[in-house]
This record gives sequence, C-alpha cells and structure tokens, in this order.
Amino acid sequence: MRHIPLASATVLAIGAGAAQAETPTLTVYTYDSFVSDWGPGPAVRDAFEAVCECRLDLVGTGDGAALLARLQLEGARTPADVVLGLDTNLTARAGETGLFAPHGIDAAFDLPIDWDDPLFLPFDWGYFAFVYNTEVVSDPPGSFAELIASELSIAIQDPRSSTPGLGLLMWVEAAHGADAPEVWEGLAERVLTVTRGWSEAYGLFTSGEVDMVLSYSTSPAYHLIAEDDPTVAAAAFEEGHYMQIEVAGMLESSDQPELARAFLEFMLGDAFQSIIPTTNWMYPAVIPEGGLPEGFETLMVPERALLLSPEDAAARRDGALATWLEALSR
Amino acid sequence: MGDGGSPARGASDLRSAAARLGPAGGLRPPDPPPDPRARRWPVAPVAGGAVAALLVVLSLGSLAAVAWRAEGWAALGPADWAAVRFTLLQAVLSATLSVLLAVPVARALARRTFPGRGVLITLLGAPFILPTLVAVLGLLAVFGRNGIVSQGLGLLGLPPLQIYGLTGVVLAHVFFNLPLATRLLLQGWLAIPSERFRLAGALGFSRGAVFRHLEWPMLREMAPGAFLVIFLLCLTSFSVALTLGGGPRATTVELAIYQAFRFDFDLSKAALLALVQFALCAVAAALALGVALPSGTGAGLDRPLARHDLRPGGALAGWDAVVIALAALFLLVPLAVLIGRGAPMVAGLPAAVWVAAARSVAVALVSVALCIGFALALALAIQRARGLAARGLETVGMIALAASPLVIGTGLFILVFPWVDPARLALPVTALVNAAMALPFALRAILPALRQAEATQGRLADHLGLTGSARLRLVILPRLRRPMGFAAGLTGALSMGDLGVIVLFAEREGATLPLQLYRLMGAYRSDDAAGAAVLLLALALAIFWAFDRGGRAHAAT
Repeated sequence: MRHIPLASATVLAIGAGAAQAETPTLTVYTYDSFVSDWGPGPAVRDAFEAVCECRLDLVGTGDGAALLARLQLEGARTPADVVLGLDTNLTARAGETGLFAPHGIDAAFDLPIDWDDPLFLPFDWGYFAFVYNTEVVSDPPGSFAELIASELSIAIQDPRSSTPGLGLLMWVEAAHGADAPEVWEGLAERVLTVTRGWSEAYGLFTSGEVDMVLSYSTSPAYHLIAEDDPTVAAAAFEEGHYMQIEVAGMLESSDQPELARAFLEFMLGDAFQSIIPTTNWMYPAVIPEGGLPEGFETLMVPERALLLSPEDAAARRDGALATWLEALSR
Repeated sequence: MGDGGSPARGASDLRSAAARLGPAGGLRPPDPPPDPRARRWPVAPVAGGAVAALLVVLSLGSLAAVAWRAEGWAALGPADWAAVRFTLLQAVLSATLSVLLAVPVARALARRTFPGRGVLITLLGAPFILPTLVAVLGLLAVFGRNGIVSQGLGLLGLPPLQIYGLTGVVLAHVFFNLPLATRLLLQGWLAIPSERFRLAGALGFSRGAVFRHLEWPMLREMAPGAFLVIFLLCLTSFSVALTLGGGPRATTVELAIYQAFRFDFDLSKAALLALVQFALCAVAAALALGVALPSGTGAGLDRPLARHDLRPGGALAGWDAVVIALAALFLLVPLAVLIGRGAPMVAGLPAAVWVAAARSVAVALVSVALCIGFALALALAIQRARGLAARGLETVGMIALAASPLVIGTGLFILVFPWVDPARLALPVTALVNAAMALPFALRAILPALRQAEATQGRLADHLGLTGSARLRLVILPRLRRPMGFAAGLTGALSMGDLGVIVLFAEREGATLPLQLYRLMGAYRSDDAAGAAVLLLALALAIFWAFDRGGRAHAAT
C-alpha cells in the first residue's frame, strides 16, 4: 500500500518537471548594477517575460570587464545565451574569443556614429565627462588644457580595475593621440586620487572631497530627476567627449538561439529602451516613442563625439596604460 | 567545575606561583615525563587535520585551479616587483604602528574601570568591521582635503591636510586595525591572572618590574600574532591602498592580480602573483610565530582582573585617560560623521535593503558556527602537536588571510563550475569563505587561552583522567568562554561587513547587505547608501556585542 502514494508522487514530480521544461529559460549574463533593485533588471525581466512565454534569468557579475573575464573562464560550456553589458573597449577582445554568434538583426540606432557590428548590438550609450557642483565650481574648465591649468582637484578611476577609468584613457588617446603623455603629466597634478571603481570616486565627489569626478554627461540627470537637485553639471570640453557604447551579443553555444535573438530584438524596442534612461542613467540606443524623460534636455551635449574603433581601442590599450602609469606614478 | 576552585588549591597555586615569579621572569612548569598530550585529545588530530585540509583546498587549491586553467607560465615584470615592494612596505609599517599604538591603549583599558567602558570597548571595534568603501569616506570626512581637520587648519590660515600617499595608506590601515590590535592585546592583559598583579603589589614591584615580569611575557606571546594578522590583512588590501595612496604609486599585489585577471586575462600571472602573496604570508608567519613565546605566567584562580598594584589617581591615571581619549577620538569621530549622515535615512530604507540585512545576519551566524568549530578543532590539534607540526598547523590557520579574495573566488568558481551552477552556491560559499577569513583572528584569541588553560589546569585534569569531550566540556570550554565569545563576535561582525566572493559568484536570489550597499552607491543613491551603512554598522556591532557579552557574562562571576 505504501508504494502507491510514493509512485503517484513520482509521477506528479515528473509531470511538474515536464511542465517546467516547456517554459524555456533564457540566461542573460550582465554586470551587477544592471540586475540590482535600482537598475533596469527587474523592470526588463517583467517586460520580457510578459511577451516571451519564457523565464528570463538575469545573472549579474562585477562590471563589463569582469563579465568578459567570467565568460572566458566558462568558455563554450557557459550556460549563458546572451551577454549584455560589454562596451566598445572590450568588444574586440570579446569577438576574438569566438564565443559570440552573429545576431543577424538589422536596426536603426539613435547614436552619434554609424553602427554595423555583426556580433554586437548597442543598448545604451553615454559620454564620459567631468562632473562638478555648480555651487562649488563657478568657472568650469572647457578643455583638458583648461583643467590642467586650473586649481581643481579631480578623482578618476583606475583603468586596470574600472571601465570608466579605461574610458578616460581612451578619451585622452582619441582627443590628443601623440600628445597623450604631456596631457597625463599635466593631469597628474590635478588628480587628487585614483579609485578602484566608479562608486568610490563618485562618493568622493558627493562628499565634497574632490571638485570634479570622471563620470558621464548624463549623471546630472539623476540629481535633477530623482533628487530635484539642479546643481550638478558636466563640463563641456572643446576637443569632444569619448563615448561609452554598451552592447549585447548572443553566444554561439546557446541552445536557444531563436529566443536569444528575440531578446536582442526586444532590447531595441520601446519597452526595454524606455526603462534605460532613469535606471541606468544613460541615453537609450533607440529613442523610444515617448522621447527622453523630462530633464534630459538640460544635459550638456558635446560638440564632438569621440570613439576609437574596437580594433583601435584594443591595439592602443596597453600603450595608453603604460603612459598613464608612467605619468601618475611620479 | 566552576571558575573558583577550592581555597586550599588556590593557596598552593599562589605559593608555587610566587616561587616561580623570580627576577628571570616566568618559568615553564615541568612537563610530566611521558607526553600525555596524545591521550588528552584522541580525536584532535583528525578534526584539526580535516579543518587544515579544508583551508588548504580553499586557499592553495583555488590557486592551483587558477594556475591549471592558465596557458603557459608568466614572469613577473618590474611593475609587479614594485607592487610587491610597496605592499610589503605599507603592510609592515601599518602592522607595526597598529600594534605599537595598541599597547598603551589596551593597557589603559585593562587597568582602568569607568562608566561606559564596556560600550566604549565595543564601539572602538567598529572601524574594523565597516566595509572599506564606507569607512574610507568616514576617514576622509575627518582627515581629507575638505575634512574637519583641514577646515580647522583653514580657520587658522593653514593649508589643508595632505594625506594622500604612503601616509594616507598607513593612516587608514591603522584606523582599521588599531581596534583589532587593541582587542587582541586586551585579551592578553585580561588573561594575566589577577593574583599575579596582587602578588606584585604585595611585593612592592615598581611599574617597570610589573612590566618586565607580567606584561612583557604576555606581549611576547600576543603581540607577534597580532602583528601577523594585521600584516596579512594589509597585504591583501587594495581599494583602500589605491584610494588613499593617491594613485598607481600605491599599487599593491592584489591590484596587480586584479589587472592580470580582468585587464589582461592572464591567469598564469594572477596565479603567480597569488603565490608571491602566499610566500610573503609564510615568511611573515614563520618570523612572527618564531618570535612569539609562551608566556608561562603560571596559574591563577580565573578571577577577573583587579589591580591591587595600582594606586588610584596620580600621573598614571592621567596618562591612561589621555591615551583612551585620543584613541576614542581617532576611531570614533569618523564613525560619528558617518552615523550623523546616515542615521536619518535608516527608517526610509527600501524593503530590499531590510531583506538583505536579514539574509546577512543569517550568513553571519552560519559563519560564526563554522569558524568557532574550525578554530577549536585546529587549536586542540596545535596544542597536541609539537614543534614543526604545531607551527605548520598554525600557519595553515592563517593562510586564508593571505589568499587573494579574487583568486579564492575565481579558483572556487573554476572548481565548482563543472558540477553546480556557482550562482546557487553564492551564499553558502560566502559563509564558508568568511569563516576561513575570520579563523586567524579566532585562532589568535583562542589558542593562547587554550595553552593557558592546559598549562594551569592540565596537570589536575590529567590526574583526574579527563580526556576528550569530558576534558573539553569541564576544563577547557569554561576557560575559553571569553576568547570564544570575542572570536564569535568578531567573526559575525566581519562576516556582516564583508562583500566577499558573492560578487564573483554572481548572486541570483539573495543579495547581502554589503552588496546592496555597493549597489546603492553604484545607482547614485548616496543618501540611502549612508543609511544602509549605519544599519550595517548597527547590526555588526549588535552581533559582536551579543557574542562578546555572552562570553564575558560567565567569566565575570
């Protein structure tokens, strides 16, 4: 008699397992702040699951560079179907791993540059900029030269441990090329300190320890929209501002390429793109039908957008780091 | 068996101790001819060996896993050696200064009683358990370019304080570790039997003589261990060293590992640098444990410290008051700034933060259970072993501290990835790694007390034929309550504040409080982050206080 309930329980369990297997799960690797309660993750998951008849498993790990390192560790055995959160300073290296599959999606983007990468699709972007408080800094610098000539103190991030830190390296490379060593020698005087990541540096800025911090031209939007504080601004540099374009790609090893592709298409749609501005505090890659949130129109828009091609960025990275180390280690 | 003992035994203890208190300092009690240690703890080698094996897998095993995944062999360049030199320099300076400064503070706290002393001692431990991201902001609010001190200097027409550089790194490390050194030495002072001080007072010892005969032997035993744990903590420091060091001049080995891993994806170099870090640990452990001597102050009645050798008032009391006030100012003002900033935000914290707080408390309690179990097993095995084996086990107990958190995380990831989804293991692994990381502190607190208990009560227990669990329950544990309570509190508090490996394992279902704190900062929400920091501080201190009190409640009877 005892065997009967046990047997029926087994049947039930198998049935439940089969029912679960019918709902496919899409695994997306991304950076930690994307999945946080205050990031785009929760809203993106709800929006996608409402239309995909699947489960969206967002797995957050470190930042963009840590994400790529993890993917390299896992190789083709990775359970991830999609990786979301690399930037163009990493895509050359990511492409070389051979782990990514062509997305095959043709789309139009609202970017200051043309985009035609067969492996990666942008989902948001922003300009690197030095951010300051208008009540503390009355006469913000208009170029690297003016910043060097000023008395201001700045906090930047270490390019070895932070993607914005690497972004600044590329900004100086793209804007000043051969003169980069002199620019860094001058900037070294202004750099109060270098931090491990963006959060530490931004904390130094909000607590008043430094006058300016390397962040994004969209950072003031947070203070204006979420805190109703209009005193944070980004300084416009005449040589132009380097862009960070954040991208996603699908993996060759994915066992559900159709669902992965569906996610990438969803990523470029209104539902996803309208979540980005006020959670990731970046520009959406495709401006949603409702336009940008109120307040974004007050942001500083650089006259020139700077970006090194992924190949260029990868090729110049080590030299730029050596220059940076040399200048700041004195 | 309670903590008292019969008056007759007490008197004979006192006589024999008086005989031993010669000008040459403490003599060690003669060992009975056949070594009874093997009989005392029949299962200690097995349990201790298992813990040691687990620690080796966690630290060296994870390193081996990283090396195994690497292709080819790397060599260290000049920049890496510069990082090794800077790491050593700042770690030696930081540890030396922390321990030296802790001596007067611990002594003052040990020999003075005043209202609020217990609360002050608990609060003084706070900098040690704060997440570095938060503590650095508190420290800079006082010593930074725009901090309280600089503003005061500005009022006097002086330029602001310039702490970025080696000064800043050492200042921050002393801020973090002075509390730990103070607490470890305070344990030592409180472990000196009060009869010794009474006897010294009766014999009219000068202060110098008290120091030579009672305090110096204790410091010889405790200080090297305290130096070692702080040295190891500073060895793997990265974020603090970089931020307060003012830039890449302050590159530590851990940052070089970070670079090898995520900038270059050069696993062989990451493994090689981690190996260098272990080698530094082993050399430091060999030196420090070689210098440490068993204090051999002899037996006492386990009574709380009552200092009959001290007269009330006078210059000595004034000096102690100044020392305590300076330490409190240095350690508590930065905390007060953080609390002032964050306390108003605590009530309005989002639900996700409170859920994470509950989860962190659970992780911390698991860490405490694991760590105390590990520490007891290891300490008993060390006590039973002798010579090289004992020192080897003690070094293994320290090893997790020398392990690069990034290499542990990555190595464990490589080890478990083929079998389980690492994200599912994020919380258990966090608890385990936190326990291993806190083990060195627990061992430093428990081991001397265990040696003391064996030295003072061991012969009697041998005569009574107490071995194994009966000996542990009746003889050892009652005498370990205070250090065990302290170690449990420290482990719980450390575990609360540690971001740990959870970031590397990519949590999926449960963020811890430190992780939520980092996420709040990463999402621009510095006000909520300040509130979460105060919540974290309060919970960590509460855990510490509860265990530490629990340990002391019994000892005070």
